[in-house]
Amino acid sequence: MLPILQIDAGSTSYSGAYAWQQQLHARRTANLIPDILLFLEHPHVFTLGRRFQPAHLLEDPAVLARRGIEVREADRGGSITYHGPGQLVAYPIVDLRTRAAPRPDVIRYLRLLEAATLAAVSAFGIQAGLRPGLTGVWVGRSKLAAIGVNVSRGVTKHGVAVNVSTDLEFFSSMVPCGIPDAQVTSMERELGRPVSIDDVASVFAGHLASSLGRRVQPATIGDLGLEPVPESLAQKPVGKVAARG
Amino acid sequence: MPQLGETVLEATVTRWLKEPGDTVEVDEPLVEVSTDKVDSEIPSPAAGALTKILVQEGETVPVGSVMAEIDGEGGGSGSRAATEPAEAPAEAPAPAPPEAASPAEPPEPPPPAKEPARAPSDGHAPNRSSSGRNGDAQPFRGVLSPLVRKLAAEHGVDLDSLEGTGTGGRITKQDVLDAAKDGAAREAAPAPEAGSSSPGRAPAPSAPAAPAADRSEGLEDTIQVGAMRKAIAEHMVSSSNETARAWNTIEVDLTRVSRLREQAGPAFKAREGFSLTWMPFVCKATTQALLRFPLLNSTWNGDGTVTRRRYVNLGIAVALENGLIVPVVKGAETMNVVGLARAIRDVADRARNKKLTPDEVQGGTFTVTNPGGFGSVMSVPIINRGQAAILAFDAVIKRPVVVADEDGEDAIAIRQMVNLSISWDHRIIDGAEAAQFLAYLRSLLEEADFTSDLSGVLSS
Repeated sequence: MLPILQIDAGSTSYSGAYAWQQQLHARRTANLIPDILLFLEHPHVFTLGRRFQPAHLLEDPAVLARRGIEVREADRGGSITYHGPGQLVAYPIVDLRTRAAPRPDVIRYLRLLEAATLAAVSAFGIQAGLRPGLTGVWVGRSKLAAIGVNVSRGVTKHGVAVNVSTDLEFFSSMVPCGIPDAQVTSMERELGRPVSIDDVASVFAGHLASSLGRRVQPATIGDLGLEPVPESLAQKPVGKVAARG
Repeated sequence: MPQLGETVLEATVTRWLKEPGDTVEVDEPLVEVSTDKVDSEIPSPAAGALTKILVQEGETVPVGSVMAEIDGEGGGSGSRAATEPAEAPAEAPAPAPPEAASPAEPPEPPPPAKEPARAPSDGHAPNRSSSGRNGDAQPFRGVLSPLVRKLAAEHGVDLDSLEGTGTGGRITKQDVLDAAKDGAAREAAPAPEAGSSSPGRAPAPSAPAAPAADRSEGLEDTIQVGAMRKAIAEHMVSSSNETARAWNTIEVDLTRVSRLREQAGPAFKAREGFSLTWMPFVCKATTQALLRFPLLNSTWNGDGTVTRRRYVNLGIAVALENGLIVPVVKGAETMNVVGLARAIRDVADRARNKKLTPDEVQGGTFTVTNPGGFGSVMSVPIINRGQAAILAFDAVIKRPVVVADEDGEDAIAIRQMVNLSISWDHRIIDGAEAAQFLAYLRSLLEEADFTSDLSGVLSS
């Protein structure tokens, strides 16, 4: 059975993690590495997917910046969401192409992610479910996990964000995922007790790997030849500047 | 012609690896093509017998053109190619008498052009008139590619005056570029010898002035340069003309890195299958220094702005048998020493095997060149076009240097020393910035801890 390398990267800036994803995506596409399952947490960041509409952001980005919240565009489906400490972010970099099916089935992949997430939170005793037409994992009308992916050249980027012990207050500055009547919740809120983010990751990894027909193999960022991108640099706004003279 | 990259519109066939009648497998290399960026092999999209080659060597065609026919049945294919013999000589230039087409013919006044200010030079008039005399009206206007039109407009080349060398007299990109070059050369030096040469037997246009002929006979030869050589020449001259190049060099003590290489090298080679060289260390430190000094990692836009970057796409100069190519390691800031070692190895290997895609030689933000492998100790490279600076990593040599001993006294020690030089564009950077960049780069190479990058190797 082919491996999927599970990497726990810890807290990583959104842009730094995105640079990693691009790097891993390119290498996976070239078949230089096996499938990857990257787990991490982001510092506070609002990300805007392809379906973002300005009405979904309820706060001035300048105000958010003063609160230490980045706003970043993301090349994934969906609208706006929040990532921050206490939220398990899983970025599978997986080649969906097979000999039998050279064209990747993106919808099937979304269902696999939902199923693995559902299985992971259910293992902790949460009564969660799926809502037809609304991607994600829900507890009643509250969203527990958000899903947004990008598949290019048959290889995935982005993935799942599960609210484990997320400070849900941050979602009040947005219309999460662009769904007006949606609430958000976390595993700790549902269970009323602390939950280990690593444990959730571990259960999720097991389910996702088996549904993809892979075996989980632990690895580190360094094993993959990756370098942490300094957060200070990643966040420093650098763009066009006036030339001297 | 398959899509070779997002920015590539056309490519030139350099060599067919199969002949009509040969059988090919899927993905078996079929043809080598060249763009102004890169040479690459095109694998066969299908298995079967190659029945017909539609694009001859030397021809340039747009992406999407049919290049050849492969008979999937594997037989009964030769007949079709044979029934269309007209295709075979298509690569020859349109049938104009060679002497009439010679640029040495006495110039005629330029024809009235649509853009008088940028009219083609008189050198093209004979071509045009010879076409006219032959009554050889090629319908090339209908098949001009957008690129050809654009180039012609840019260079002020009158397409009516050109003889195409492509299929059926089609005007190719190279025709326009050649015409533009001829035009520029003629404007600069209006052919003084033109009047003295007999119209019937003109010397070849590239032949040097005659006097040395008696002595040099047999002692010199003139070679045709390939597409890559031309591209290199054009890039280098334009960069050299555009940039205000200045230069700094700094001495760096690589003794620590050397020890780490000795320590980790054998296990690294056993695990990765190739040697741990200096380059990934230099590239890692360079990348980190570029993140700190983003002006070194920038582009002069020419419109009063400079674009700085907080990512690093590192161009790695790779010497080839017949030239040079600079594949780009994208996202170098996301890679540690091991990652860079793998990436450099990968692109260098593929550069030598012509497996690079054009996208892989574009988008570089800074370049590292490594002439040290040949023993060079100091270099002044030309900045890669669109970039602000280039680093030359020369030979690492054991040298006696003055160091502080345990008591803080001066002492002479044998150290692994290297000169790191940068050529930088003085439009963007000043000497202080360049020198600070080099000093920071030195501090990283002499003091940074690379052991964590190699921990996986060192622990195994």
